[in-house]
Amino acid sequence: MSATTAATAHFTPKPSTDGGEGQLLEVSMGPQHPSTHGVFRMDVALDGERVVKLKPVFGYLHRNHEKIAETETYLGSMPYTDRLDYLCSITNNWAYALAVEKLAGIQVPERAEYLRVITGELTRLQNHTSVIGFLLQDMGASGTPLMYAFREREKVLDLFESLTGSRMMCNYMRFGGCRADMPAGWLQQAQKVVEAFPRFLDEFERLLSGNEILMARTQGVGVLSKELAVDAGITGPMLRGSGVNYDIRKVDKYGIYERFSFKVPLGEHGDVYDRYMVRLLEMRESVKILQQAMRDVPPGPIMDAKTKLRGFRPKAGEAYGRIESPKGELGFYLISDGSPNPYRYRVRPPSLVNLTVLEDMCLGQNVADIVVILGSIDFILGEVDR
Amino acid sequence: MLGEGIVKGLAETARNFLGSYVSKDRLTTVQYPEERLPQIEAARNFPFLVYDGEDWQQGMRCVSCLICEKECPPKCISIEKSKDKKLDASGKPQFYPTVFNIDVSVCMSCQICVEVCPFDAIKMDVDFELSTKDRFGDLLWNKERLSKSNEYYREIHPTEAAAVDAQLAEERAKLEAKSKLAAEAKAAAAATVPAQPAVGATAEK
Ligand code: SF4
Ligand code: SF4
Repeated sequence: MSATTAATAHFTPKPSTDGGEGQLLEVSMGPQHPSTHGVFRMDVALDGERVVKLKPVFGYLHRNHEKIAETETYLGSMPYTDRLDYLCSITNNWAYALAVEKLAGIQVPERAEYLRVITGELTRLQNHTSVIGFLLQDMGASGTPLMYAFREREKVLDLFESLTGSRMMCNYMRFGGCRADMPAGWLQQAQKVVEAFPRFLDEFERLLSGNEILMARTQGVGVLSKELAVDAGITGPMLRGSGVNYDIRKVDKYGIYERFSFKVPLGEHGDVYDRYMVRLLEMRESVKILQQAMRDVPPGPIMDAKTKLRGFRPKAGEAYGRIESPKGELGFYLISDGSPNPYRYRVRPPSLVNLTVLEDMCLGQNVADIVVILGSIDFILGEVDR
Repeated sequence: MLGEGIVKGLAETARNFLGSYVSKDRLTTVQYPEERLPQIEAARNFPFLVYDGEDWQQGMRCVSCLICEKECPPKCISIEKSKDKKLDASGKPQFYPTVFNIDVSVCMSCQICVEVCPFDAIKMDVDFELSTKDRFGDLLWNKERLSKSNEYYREIHPTEAAAVDAQLAEERAKLEAKSKLAAEAKAAAAATVPAQPAVGATAEK
C-alpha cells in the first residue's frame, strides 16, 4: 500500500460485492498524488489490494482554453497552444498552424516544412525520454532513470532555446511557416545531439529493458486489447502498443512525411511493457527521420510571403487539422465566420481520449499497478483539462 | 539467469557514476548561482522598451501606436497615448506614451508584441533574476523600468540587434534620400515655373 500513503484514504464500510466477508475500501488517489503529474484524482474502490472500480475525476486544471481562443485573434491563440501539452509545445503549434493553413489555404515553403519536421521529431524525442523516465520513477526506480532521461532531454531543450528563445513554451510556428530560422551552427549542434542519441537509448536499454523487476511489474499489467483500443478512439504509442498499425504520419502524410523512410513500431500484448518498448523504438525511428531531414534541408524562405502577421482574416469556412503528436492524434477544429477571431475553436486532445480507458486497464490489478498503468498512458493534464 | 538484467543495469549506473568524474557529458549540472551557463542568444523573458541615445525619455522609439497593446494575447500591456508630439532621437516630432505599463505577472513571454511592433521599439529581455517580495507593485513595470538602451540590446542579442540597426539605418537613408529628392524637385519646379508662365496659366484654365 505504499503507493497510497500520499493519498487521503478514508474508510467506508460497505458490503463486499462478491458476498464474502471482505469489505470494499474507497481510496481517493490524488489530486495531489505525485504519480498523476498534475492535478488528477482517481476514486478507487479496492477489495484488498485488487481494484474493483476506478473513477477518474478531472477538471482541476481547466483554464477555458477554447473559449479564450474564440475571443483572441488567430495569432493570439498560438502561444496558448504551447500550454496545452506543455512538454511538446512545438507539435501543438504545428497542429494549430496546420488547421489554420487548411482553413485559409496557405502554402508552407519547403524549408519551413523541413524545420517543422526537425523540431517536431526533436519534440517527440524529448517527450518520450521524459515519459519513460517518469514511468520508471513511478515504478519506484527513484531518480536514476529519470535523471538520465532528463540529462538527454536537456540537450534537446537547449536546441529549442537557441532556436526559438524558450525551452518549453516555444511559440515557434506561424501560419505559413516558422518564426525563426536556424541560427549559425544550430544544425551542426542538432546533428551532434541526434547522432549521440542512439547511444543514450542503448544505455537506457542496458540499464532497464532487461531488468527482471521492471518486467515483473510491467509485463501482463494494464493490458489494453486491440478491439477496445480502436473502439475507444485511442491513438498514438498507446494504440500501437496494442498492435494496431495506425500512425497519422503514415496515414495522412501531412507536411512532407512521405519523403522519409521510417517504420512504425508495434507492440503485441498491449501491456505496459509494450507501451514502454514502443516508445523506445519510436525514438530510434525519429532519429532516422531527423538524420534524413537534416541531410536534405534546403535553403530558402521560412515564411509564406503572402500571409500577413496582423489583420489575418481567413474566409468563412471550417477546417480540421491533425497531426501525430508524441501522445497521439492532436487535432484542431476551427470554424471561421470571416472575422479576425475563430467562431469555434475545438481541440481534440490525445491525452484526454487516451485516459478514458484507464478503468478498463486497471480492473483486477493491484493498487500499486494503477500508478504504473497511469504512467504508461502518457498524458498531460494541461491538455486533458484545457 | 535471474538477476542478470539487474546486474547489467547496475554496471551502467557504475559507469555513469565513475564517468561523471572525468566526462562533462555525464555531469551536466552546474552550481548556480556561483556557476552559470552562458546566456543563449535567442533567449527571451520579458519585453523592454528600446531607446536611442543617452536620454531614455527623449530617445524612446515607441510612438504609442497601440498595436502591441491590442495584439498581446493576455492583454497585459496598457498604454496611454500623448496628446502632443515630442522630438525623437532623430529630431522628428512623434507621439509618445505618457503611460506604458506591462504587468509581468500576466505576461507569458510570447514575443508577439515584439513581432507586431512596426517601429522596433519593444524587444525581449533576458534578465531572469527578478524575484521580489512585493507581489503587485514590483511586478507592474512602468515605462521607466521598461526602458533600456539600444547598447544593452546590442549586448544581449547581438545578431538580431545588428539586423535591426541595419534595417533602421536603411529606412532612415531612404527617407532622407526621398526628402532630399522632394526638396530638389521642389527647387527644380520653382526654377522652371517662371520660365513658362503662359503654359501654366493656360493649363490651369
Ligand atoms: S511577451 Fe506576449 S504576453 Fe508579454 S507583453 Fe508581449 S505580447 Fe504580451
Ligand atoms: S511598442 Fe511598438 S507596437 Fe507598442 S505602442 Fe510602441 S511603437 Fe506601437
